Amino acid sequence: MIGGAFVVGSLGYELGTPLRMGPGYFPLLVGIILAALGLAVVVKGLVAGEEISFGAVPWRAIIVIVVAILFFGFTVRGLGFVPTSAVTALLTTLASRRLRPLMAVAVAAGLTVAATLIFVVGLQLRVPLWGTWLPL
Amino acid sequence: MELIHNLALGFSTALLIQNVLYCFVGVLLGTAVGVLPGIGPTATVAMLLPITFYFEPVTALIMLAGIYYGAQYGGSTTAILINLPGESSAAVTTLDGHAMARQGRAGPALATAAIGSFVAGTIATVILAAAAPPLAEVALKFGPAEYFCLVLLGLIVSIALARGSALKALAMITLGIALGTVGQDIYTGTPRFVFDQRELYGGIDFVAVAVGMFGVAEILRNLEDEHTRTAIVGKVKNLWPTREDRRRIIGPILRGTGLGAALGVLPGAGHVLASFTSYAVEKRISKRPQDFGHGAIEGVAGPESANNAAAQTSFIPLLTLGLPAHPVMALMVGAFIVHGITPGPNVIDDEPALFWGLIASMWIGNVLLVLLNLPLIGMWVGMLRVPYGVLFPMIILFAAIGTYSLAFNAYDVYAIVFFGILGYVLIKCGCEPAPLLLGFVLGPLLEENLRRALIISRGDPTVFLTRPISAVLLVLAVAALIVAVLPTIRKRREEVFADEE
Repeated sequence: MIGGAFVVGSLGYELGTPLRMGPGYFPLLVGIILAALGLAVVVKGLVAGEEISFGAVPWRAIIVIVVAILFFGFTVRGLGFVPTSAVTALLTTLASRRLRPLMAVAVAAGLTVAATLIFVVGLQLRVPLWGTWLPL
Repeated sequence: MELIHNLALGFSTALLIQNVLYCFVGVLLGTAVGVLPGIGPTATVAMLLPITFYFEPVTALIMLAGIYYGAQYGGSTTAILINLPGESSAAVTTLDGHAMARQGRAGPALATAAIGSFVAGTIATVILAAAAPPLAEVALKFGPAEYFCLVLLGLIVSIALARGSALKALAMITLGIALGTVGQDIYTGTPRFVFDQRELYGGIDFVAVAVGMFGVAEILRNLEDEHTRTAIVGKVKNLWPTREDRRRIIGPILRGTGLGAALGVLPGAGHVLASFTSYAVEKRISKRPQDFGHGAIEGVAGPESANNAAAQTSFIPLLTLGLPAHPVMALMVGAFIVHGITPGPNVIDDEPALFWGLIASMWIGNVLLVLLNLPLIGMWVGMLRVPYGVLFPMIILFAAIGTYSLAFNAYDVYAIVFFGILGYVLIKCGCEPAPLLLGFVLGPLLEENLRRALIISRGDPTVFLTRPISAVLLVLAVAALIVAVLPTIRKRREEVFADEE
């Protein structure tokens, strides 16, 4: 609750500052409203004494998925489609605690083949299969 | 006569072989993803959105509409079989649908849902075809001032009907609008909030927001506790409803269709309201209200029809005014814009083949849905047994590839991460991401019309009050805002939503 209000509130202030006549006008207006609403949410949360229980946060899943997607964005051009997809899929499987390693490798391999067939063969996506970073 | 002529044009477009094919693929994919527990139509459409960008605009939109129907039906299947509604409008279906499934009558429940959806879809498509052209004509008379007020009204009404805290929903919409201002200014070209990143000049990519907010955030939430998934799915047999069942579902289907068609036009959560109202109506007029909640087939037929009819008529504000009535429609706006078409009253004149083709394809989509789902129910049940460990890497990988392939811009892929985490934090704080998306799509429209109206009026803000249509819309917007915050109405609203718990 308080965390959410924090996000909303801080974003509101940050966006509200740059006033230039013209382009800055609308964002300023929106920023002010946003800041006011963020404050209202905080105040209401404090007054009502609301408490939010975040429950179990899947830190492992968050970190692994973030790394996997960033890896994809970073390397798809250099490494090429096939290796990048395989590594991304393999990384993602690590997010689940219930997947055994052998199974994870099988899933990653299957997904790489499927993704290559669907996107590159089926949809004619213009991405190099093997990138320039590889000594081929 | 003109209607028939137009529909003929529509069917000649929609029946082109590639359009039927991709409509079919859309329905198939939509059902396949929508049937997965915890993934509602919005998330399904968001995940599959990037795939459709490869096709011609008409084909892409037809496919997208197909995905939407498929996802909705898939959600009902999950609701009936494992008591997990994919989105709030399917929540009512769980009450009696799952009760029927536990009594071994899952087959008739699923068939009823399919038949109800088909009848409702057919009737609502005709209503849509008849109502859209006159409305579009009215909309053409709208100036910037009217548009501004209309968008404002749409945003505010969507809060009045949304679940949870109205204040938070309002904050979410505003945050969405704020995010929508990132990028170059439309009039001066001044970059705003780009933090010196060249990649942000074009604004934040809509697909990245949608995929991150709905796809990645949903997956993170599902990974919180992995053991709650129970596969108590038995064999589905005796698909066809008995004669007695057939007699009992006719009334609810027709009433549900009427209610759904009327409520679907409302911006906000019209389809949620439609299915809840339909359930309440059926329970009230039934001779055996005590059966409801214990497997009354009327309780499946009514809400499912209402839901589907509302899904069709919610295209009316989109196609005539360019206003999305709920998050899926907001995704459709995004798709229109990616294809270089601005949704609104002009579409009907500028792109008649697209407009009528889309309408005709809705009906074809509904036919395909019935043809596909009745024989394939066994397969969808099988989908429910696929372990999540295989599914979520697939969704993540495809989301990353799809988003990247839009513009070959790695930045869009990073944006998914950002919005995925933001979405997750917001969900954790009890804020729904759907209003944010609505605000994000409508924000630029709001700004553009506000500034255009002020330029025309030479900076005189009273222009919104002196023009009659815009004044009326503004009054309605203020009224809706008051209704949304008023305690008595809020209490009633909470009661409506409390039923689903």
